[in-house]
Amino acid sequence: MILLTRKAEFSASHYYWNDAWSEEENRRAFGKCANRNGHGHNYTLEVTIAGEIDPISGFVVDLKDLKNVLEREVVGVYDHRHLNLEVPEFRSSNPTTENIAVAIWKRLDGKIPGAKLHRVRVYELPDLFADYYGES
Amino acid sequence: MRAYLGRRYTLSASHRLHTDALSEAKNRAVYGKCNNPHGHGHNYIVEVIVGGNVDPVTGMVCDLVALDSCVKKEILDRFDHTNLNTHTCFQNTVPTTENFNIEVHHLLTAAFRQAEIVSVRAEETSNNSFEYTVRGFIQ
Repeated sequence: MILLTRKAEFSASHYYWNDAWSEEENRRAFGKCANRNGHGHNYTLEVTIAGEIDPISGFVVDLKDLKNVLEREVVGVYDHRHLNLEVPEFRSSNPTTENIAVAIWKRLDGKIPGAKLHRVRVYELPDLFADYYGES
Repeated sequence: MRAYLGRRYTLSASHRLHTDALSEAKNRAVYGKCNNPHGHGHNYIVEVIVGGNVDPVTGMVCDLVALDSCVKKEILDRFDHTNLNTHTCFQNTVPTTENFNIEVHHLLTAAFRQAEIVSVRAEETSNNSFEYTVRGFIQ
């Protein structure tokens, strides 16, 4: 089995907020991320797929196909958007790095021709990232 | 829903790779220039990955501020700008980066209760990195 990783980038804004909590509770839990005007990041997405090498093409997956899937399913939806306000999966959950990794997995799972999704890694900052492997 | 959060920290420390179990000549052969009696130093990048369920309310595996403060107290305040060989934990083990990762894992596991410390990866230089992971965690 070969693992192959493709990167993509998107820039988006977000904030963390729980409507069931008071403003003070939100500030205590989420700190400066609770600013309702939002703030933004340049996110780096790393998608790792697992598969066997095709004996004819020598590829695990056609990188162009993978790039197109990432563009259509993720970058086209998230890039230069406000995640809380414009991306449906974050209307009811906070766009934390962890939740973004899970959401991207759900968007990509089963859509990459000939390969299995292995890991979704989302960097919010160069020193902060979340990984999701499809575990329940 | 189990997910993982990774965070990178930096610290600078010196060490000398040497074991009394080997002769001087054998130490020089095994450890090369890392056996220099006066020691040498690195800027380490320590990447810690914690695993746990994503809290449905906060959307988080753990409180990042709590993780940062735990790593600062247990790892950075302890090891940054020190000579690793002088620490009690390296009196009987050689402070290779492999052993350093195991010690970091041990210290964080004892101190951090919000999530499981599943991986400690340290870059000793931009060419060398070492990773210690708990059994069953495959990246």
